[in-house]
Amino acid sequence: MPSDTVISTQGLTKRFTVKKSEVEAVTDLTVDVQRGALVAFLGPNGAGKSTSLRMLTTLIPPTAGSATVAGYDIQKEPAGVRSRIGYVGQGSSGSFAQRVRDELLSQGAFYGMGRRERTERADELIASLELDAFATRTVQQLSGGQKRRLDIALGLIHAPEVLFLDEPSTGLDPQSRANLWEHIIALRARYGTTVFLTTHYLEEADRYAERVMVMDSGRVIADDTAAALKADLAGDALTLTLEEGGDLARASSAVGRLAGATAEHRGDRTLAFTAPSGSALLPRLLRELDHEGIGVATATAVPPTLDDVFLALTGRTLRDADQPEGDDAPATTDTESHTLEGSTR
Amino acid sequence: MTATATATARIVRPQLGRDTWNVLIRELKPVVRDPFSLIFSLVQPLVFLGLFGPLLVAQSGGDLAGTLSWFVPGVLVMIVLFGTGATGSNLQYEMMTGSHERTLVAPLSRSSLLIGRALKEVAPIIVQALLIVAIALPFGFRAHPLGLVAGLALLGVFGIGLGALSYSLALATKQREWLFWGVQQSLIFPLLILSGVLLPLDGGPAWMRAVAAVNPVSYVVDAERALLTGSLGAPEVLWGWVAAAALAAVGLAVGVRAIRRSS
Repeated sequence: MPSDTVISTQGLTKRFTVKKSEVEAVTDLTVDVQRGALVAFLGPNGAGKSTSLRMLTTLIPPTAGSATVAGYDIQKEPAGVRSRIGYVGQGSSGSFAQRVRDELLSQGAFYGMGRRERTERADELIASLELDAFATRTVQQLSGGQKRRLDIALGLIHAPEVLFLDEPSTGLDPQSRANLWEHIIALRARYGTTVFLTTHYLEEADRYAERVMVMDSGRVIADDTAAALKADLAGDALTLTLEEGGDLARASSAVGRLAGATAEHRGDRTLAFTAPSGSALLPRLLRELDHEGIGVATATAVPPTLDDVFLALTGRTLRDADQPEGDDAPATTDTESHTLEGSTR
Repeated sequence: MTATATATARIVRPQLGRDTWNVLIRELKPVVRDPFSLIFSLVQPLVFLGLFGPLLVAQSGGDLAGTLSWFVPGVLVMIVLFGTGATGSNLQYEMMTGSHERTLVAPLSRSSLLIGRALKEVAPIIVQALLIVAIALPFGFRAHPLGLVAGLALLGVFGIGLGALSYSLALATKQREWLFWGVQQSLIFPLLILSGVLLPLDGGPAWMRAVAAVNPVSYVVDAERALLTGSLGAPEVLWGWVAAAALAAVGLAVGVRAIRRSS
């Protein structure tokens, strides 16, 4: 494993036995993650994201394959892995009856930090994550957003090399989600921590992740930056509505010539099609249609989303691909049970 | 990205003793921060003491002090049965919310997660037992000082065992709260009644006495009664310790096995 590679998996596979039948939740996961990266696993419920994370964090053993995290083998040296990683699961990490500051200090003790060190670190994180006003409150008194910020603090108390986040913003209102992400980005910049997360929020993966691994049915089906995935796998969605009496067949022919795309007819006056760099193509297309005497009433070009990437890869949208809980694994071991949320066109 | 600080996490190898201590301290914090919760959980034993005690006095025909010397040790055991027997629900809630999962990812000895929690049970038991004794004192109850100390220690060992079994039940029933409470309630009340805490079993049916003879709680109750009346060397004391120690050993063994399999 190169020195700047902090996560490396080879053929990582996990099978569960559910009701006497075998289910392969993750198949042949082979990836390398560079130190300091912010990587997102994107996929519908049941895709195998959380199972992958649970293997990498030593919560469950793989059925086959191997992996090293922060230089330690997940099966042979789990203590080394656990010492070097922070983990924020889907649920609330703080115990309901514990006070915020107490829980941080206990977590520091679990990671071998001395009293002074863990006190300083806890106070620093309480300040960084704006938990000052709640430090002496119990976890059960916190709002969803405050609990999530505490979870992040618990994951970072020991200054881990890698922070695993499983659906970090699920269940939060938009304002709390944005606030949480501000904190994650700021803390990452401050500590240089590698962040590896799962999400089914398309716009979060698109906006924040430097690298997106799209998972479906236990396999990574695409792996690149969000921009590259969208550029390579999905084009801009263009819609032209012709003026009254416009010749739809001739317009469609022009689209075919200039964009190399087959336009879909929507009603008597509207054409819809996708094309790489469609926004740049649109002015040229409008000039061509004008030259041919075809008036255009409205024209829109919408850039692609990661859902379009998923559609291009699998033939279905992420929303459609969302499966009921437990389709890939027992609910107690792989809890990708949340509703898919994100933008689709 | 500009990193202004670098990751410094050290390698921490699991150590049973150190980790158990850290888990114990963590578990004690809510008790220390909110001691009134211990008083509220005494309601049920106090109801038995206040409402059942007078019935016992009337039935036995004896005086109040004499009846209390028989009943209060049973109420102390009841504290453990009702309080510690239900403590697994806290772990179950943490399993459902995600807090338990976080501790499984920490570099802790898995066994320490169970043993530390079980050891924590001793603290509320001692505080609650002393409160019950203090409440009974104005009504004529008297406890032998050394016997009381030994009785509290016995309750502590008994509580460690019962707490460990309660946590084991939580680990076995996972997210199914209804199953945890169904099993817990189905066991606690028969154990209570068939231990002679509420009424003597001497005049009961043979089958009841046979069950009581294999009920470890019976021996702990008898030992508490002997200790608090000052019969420190009575055979019941020895059998009470054997029963409590056996329960603690079995409870910890079962619990440690369950938590090692936890994921």
